[in-house]
Amino acid sequence: MNPIYIKRRRRDMTVRFLCLAAAIFGVAWLAMILFTLFYNGLAGLNFEIFTRNTPPPGSTHGGLLNAIVGSLIMTVIGVGIGAPLGMLAGTYLAEYGKHDRLSPVIRFINDILLSAPSIIIGLFIYGAVVVPMRGFSAIAGGLALAVIVIPVVLRTAEDMLRLVPNPLREAASALGLPRSLVIRKIAYRSARAGLITGVLLATARVAGETAPLLFTALSNQFFSLDLTRSIANLPVTINNFVQSPYPYWKQLAWSGALLITLTVLALNVGARMIGAERKSK
Amino acid sequence: MDVAGPYDRARALNAFKFGDNVFYWATRLSAISVLLILSGIILSLIAGAWPAMREYGFAFLWTRRWAPEADPPVLGAVGPIYGTLLTSLIAMAIAIPVGLGIAVFLTELCPQWLRRPIGIAIELLAGIPSIIYGMWGFFVLGPFLADTFQPFMIRMCAGVPVLGTIFAGPPSYLSLFNASLILAIMVLPFITAISVDVFKTVPPVLKEAAYGIGCTTWEVVRNVVIPYTRVGVIGGIMLALGRALGETMAVTFIIGNAFRISGSIFAPGTTISAAIASEFAESAGLHQSGLMLLGLLLFVLTFFVLAGARLMLLRLEQKAGN
Repeated sequence: MNPIYIKRRRRDMTVRFLCLAAAIFGVAWLAMILFTLFYNGLAGLNFEIFTRNTPPPGSTHGGLLNAIVGSLIMTVIGVGIGAPLGMLAGTYLAEYGKHDRLSPVIRFINDILLSAPSIIIGLFIYGAVVVPMRGFSAIAGGLALAVIVIPVVLRTAEDMLRLVPNPLREAASALGLPRSLVIRKIAYRSARAGLITGVLLATARVAGETAPLLFTALSNQFFSLDLTRSIANLPVTINNFVQSPYPYWKQLAWSGALLITLTVLALNVGARMIGAERKSK
Repeated sequence: MDVAGPYDRARALNAFKFGDNVFYWATRLSAISVLLILSGIILSLIAGAWPAMREYGFAFLWTRRWAPEADPPVLGAVGPIYGTLLTSLIAMAIAIPVGLGIAVFLTELCPQWLRRPIGIAIELLAGIPSIIYGMWGFFVLGPFLADTFQPFMIRMCAGVPVLGTIFAGPPSYLSLFNASLILAIMVLPFITAISVDVFKTVPPVLKEAAYGIGCTTWEVVRNVVIPYTRVGVIGGIMLALGRALGETMAVTFIIGNAFRISGSIFAPGTTISAAIASEFAESAGLHQSGLMLLGLLLFVLTFFVLAGARLMLLRLEQKAGN
């Protein structure tokens, strides 16, 4: 056979093999990380985790109740503030801002904030909230998470509203509906699945965030519902416990890590399923 | 009814108009809040970093020593900047070929039924919180590398002029190289996702024409797909680079937080984000201000990288639009 042809084919086979190897490499990491999490975390995953607070050093009884509650509180604050803001801002860009010269700038800045390092957002909230309030607090932690939520929700909300066909809006306007009702009753409703997807993805993103909480919410050994004080939360508790010399703390950290990862992955898969349902309709 | 009609109508219209205005301004102000957040970040970083800027000036950028306990404290950014750039560079060197390889596999080679599962698995890799990567790197990957890969490379390269320094011993659980590898895994999904997206924008006719004159898959990728999507791929790579530069928790766990600069990539080091994460909560005064200044440097660096990435992707979008 023609030697050039053999050479070309050999090179093609090599590249195909390398691409296959790359794909296996990528999937293998996911498998290995999940395996480690289940292997180390499953043993400590029992009822006590949800009913008891974090134990003092050396103790062998306790759970993660205060950390779970604290994480929930801050995630609710973050998503509760960030999601409406992001949604409204996305609405402006998609519905009103077509001729506003500010719109491209806002879109561009938002895309940068979307991938800005989360530790920088922690520094920002430290300077803007923690210092004036004279102390670490659940509110500061929640606000830091809100700053992370806004760009994610804004981006998906704008994209999803753009997918709503214009004739729907025109039909509603022709019936005499004012602009704001067209958006709220027509555009939001037909983009609902996409909007929910965006919020779920944003929740997944902040549920495991650690860096911005390190010096905004700090952490706490005790159960607390006071929003103006430092509050326990899962990621920082894991961070502190896993580096400790106490086996029981380490065990709790691994169980907490498994819990967070499963939550985040479930949110991701849920968002994807809602998104896919929309497409198939 | 007839009498009440016009009156109600006017009132209803007014109510509509009022609601319309409120809603319009609510959306507009929310959109502007994005700009306020950005200026808030910049202002609060500058305000926090101001004392350190006045104290050290530009010398901060080329001072190697980091001694917050000294009196007066000596702070220099060379160590963290070196660690940030080096780990990101190595991470990209690993992640770019692998990420592009997976993208090619997913778009050109993979059987249809396998496409979705592999795509989802890669995307889930992006969803795993970074602290989990850190724990995994610390307890699983670190010991594994220190027992196998590192001694092997050290033995192989001992005595070779340049390589001998880069791969100098002793093996360590905490090292720049371990951090780079974890970073590579973390940014891999971003490169793959964007590459798959832009590879899909290649008109099938172009690829079919190339296959039609007898090109192999590799030749089609090399001479048709990559040139057509070059700008988008570079944009995706820069986006991933922006992520790698600012990644915090995973790196903090496994880099060792050592401010000295060593030629060996198996030695511990630190990055800007790791330095902030591990020292900020216990810092005060000039030390804290110095960490803020490091944060400002990191933000400026990632801002330009990410802005470049977005501009490139925008250019590709416009091309696709035409």
